[in-house]
Amino acid sequence: MKKINKVLALTLSMLIAATTMTACTSGKGGASGSEPGSEPGSSASEESTPTGKGGEIYFLNFKPEIAEVYDAIAKDYEAETGVKLNVVTAASGTYEQTLKSEIAKKDAPVLFQINGPKGYAVWKDYCKDLKDTELYQHLTDKSMAIQSGGGVYGIPYVVEGYGIIYNDAIMQKYFALDGAKAKSVDEINNFTKLKEVVEDMTARKAELGIEGVFASTSLTPGEDWRWQTHLANLPMHYEWKNGNVDLTSDATKEITFEYADNFKNIFDLYINNSTVAPGLLGSKSVDDSMAEFALGKAAMVQNGNWAWSQISGVQGNTVKEEDIKFMPIYIGMEGEENQGLCIGTENFFAINAKADPAQQKLAEDYLYWLYSSDKGKDYVTNQLGFIAPFDTFTDDEKPADPLAREVLDWMGKDGINTVTWDFLVFPNQTFKDEFGAALLEYAQGTKTFDEVKQIVVESWKTESAGNNA
Amino acid sequence: MQKTLKKYFAIFALPTLIAFALAFLIPFLMGIYLSFTEFTTVVDAKWVGLRNYIEVFTQNQDFLNALWFTVRFTVVSIVTINVLSFALAMLLTKGIRGTNLYRTVFFMPNLIGGIVLGYIWQLIINGVLYSFGVTITAKPEYGFWGLVILMNWQLIGYMMIIYIAGILNIPPDMIEAAGIDGASSFQILRKITIPLVMPSVTICTFLTLTNSFKLFDQNLALTAGAPSKQTAMLALDIYNTFYGRAGSEGVGQAKAVLFFIMVAAIALTQLYLTRSKEVEN
Repeated sequence: MKKINKVLALTLSMLIAATTMTACTSGKGGASGSEPGSEPGSSASEESTPTGKGGEIYFLNFKPEIAEVYDAIAKDYEAETGVKLNVVTAASGTYEQTLKSEIAKKDAPVLFQINGPKGYAVWKDYCKDLKDTELYQHLTDKSMAIQSGGGVYGIPYVVEGYGIIYNDAIMQKYFALDGAKAKSVDEINNFTKLKEVVEDMTARKAELGIEGVFASTSLTPGEDWRWQTHLANLPMHYEWKNGNVDLTSDATKEITFEYADNFKNIFDLYINNSTVAPGLLGSKSVDDSMAEFALGKAAMVQNGNWAWSQISGVQGNTVKEEDIKFMPIYIGMEGEENQGLCIGTENFFAINAKADPAQQKLAEDYLYWLYSSDKGKDYVTNQLGFIAPFDTFTDDEKPADPLAREVLDWMGKDGINTVTWDFLVFPNQTFKDEFGAALLEYAQGTKTFDEVKQIVVESWKTESAGNNA
Repeated sequence: MQKTLKKYFAIFALPTLIAFALAFLIPFLMGIYLSFTEFTTVVDAKWVGLRNYIEVFTQNQDFLNALWFTVRFTVVSIVTINVLSFALAMLLTKGIRGTNLYRTVFFMPNLIGGIVLGYIWQLIINGVLYSFGVTITAKPEYGFWGLVILMNWQLIGYMMIIYIAGILNIPPDMIEAAGIDGASSFQILRKITIPLVMPSVTICTFLTLTNSFKLFDQNLALTAGAPSKQTAMLALDIYNTFYGRAGSEGVGQAKAVLFFIMVAAIALTQLYLTRSKEVEN
């Protein structure tokens, strides 16, 4: 009898060791700040039935750049309510992989996020209807939520914007030069002017003390999302807008890439007026590019307001906070003088429909706490830097960082047409990767732009068809 | 003694068996099952029969391209790694001063993980290519030779140790006798050394073959398939299929099963072929 116990003990310890190992691998590379013991699946005693006060919420975080803030929130939330918030962060670009393996576990994430209608199509079996949650009631623009058949399955939790970030100090220096092509940034309101200014700046980069106008166009595989997703949003937005295409319909299953030339305009401008030669772009990452901007080596960089933490976090940063401004991405469309930034979100909270109802409730309570209590709101605006789309926030509860301010400014401007985030309906990651790879080859000179265009159109078609979504 | 061993066999073998079952056998069987299904997560599979296997070849050419790249890479690296490591082993069994130091130094790269190695070599190769205004992604050939160099650097030391063990096992009197009989050093190498280290050759070719064929980390870190998947090897292609496209998880899984069958078949054939060349000493 005793022996059997020993065997049993041994077996169990093996089991625990094995599960710990799996937990570690799936979280590998994650900037997960939570202590190892709290990682899901590692503790055998985790019979997660929340009794009275206490309990645990497993939250799978998408944004590695703010992982540390979530850890602080978790600490505060536990002190306040006794509910433990377990934050696991997926490493940059691996969210879908991590979610895929985590959600199959017994202790699956209760709170996770989907990236829009495409994400919902993949995860629909796991998304709980959030129509009756308090947080949804406070959503200012209900049309932003992910809806399907009368239910609400994803609540946007942040509004973000991107465009061309420029360093005003360098711009002013240029405007002061003799024969400058413009005298203020306000004059730059279309592609022709932008091109004129940028090319003149490149010609006089020594005078301006910069290495290039644009920070390097990062085209390393996995670092190319600013082009194959964000920049590509503009031509696609106009294609659908001018063609009156309903984005929820099947009409988005094929595209013509009508404004490919406009895409080429701006892309050429980026790669030919950059800090590095086009042939070297295959080794540049987003971090490289943000660092170049922060160190004052480049005057402009295309990115969104989330990049503020990256810019301010660079060692030896020379860019002053008040000098960081946004300008829309002009691609040479008619009437683009009134075009604004690209504003939207691809971050939607979803609650695991297959989780224990008590845990679902805990997750809902936590979300509401984060977006309505004073402490929670303070975290959201000042630490996470989110522009929250909820009416629980008053006008003075907005993030103070310069880029978020700029996004708010642009949203409030009269007569400006904000570009929506239509890339939410791009087929899938494979399409984006193929597009990015084609752009890299174009930059290196091994493909022509016509070939790139052809790849985009064909890959879009096959990937849309291949999607069971 | 025998009896006690039998009695406790279960207890001693059990932990390993359980670990083996948990970490290998069960996932493996599940994997085979999943290759016949359509699934988002591994717990909600829907049976679709052979469709995934058909799609491996009809969806696009990626799998075949990756297979061809992998085969070319494997052939080149088996030859280079084995020739170079054998040469090093010969050198380092001649009793040169500092032999132990050299052996350690050559073995060291093997202790560094694949991802780290991949990034290190990416930096080195890009550093060289920068002066020509290009990077490793400029041409698939750069990635190919980059991978070969990386793989050589990593595996030569390990294979060298195995060859050294084999060479040291050759009875010195045989070589001495051959020398007295007037054999040249090349004849000694051909007629005595090589036949007698055949067991090491078997092991080393087996290891290089399987390691090159299922290379993943180094490939991911060095080129990640750039430009346009032209340097993607099989394992990377499987990974991309599995994660890059919703609804294709089953296809990725089917590729993985085919991959397993290929590696197993090639490795077993190779074992059989080189085994038959081994001689008793």
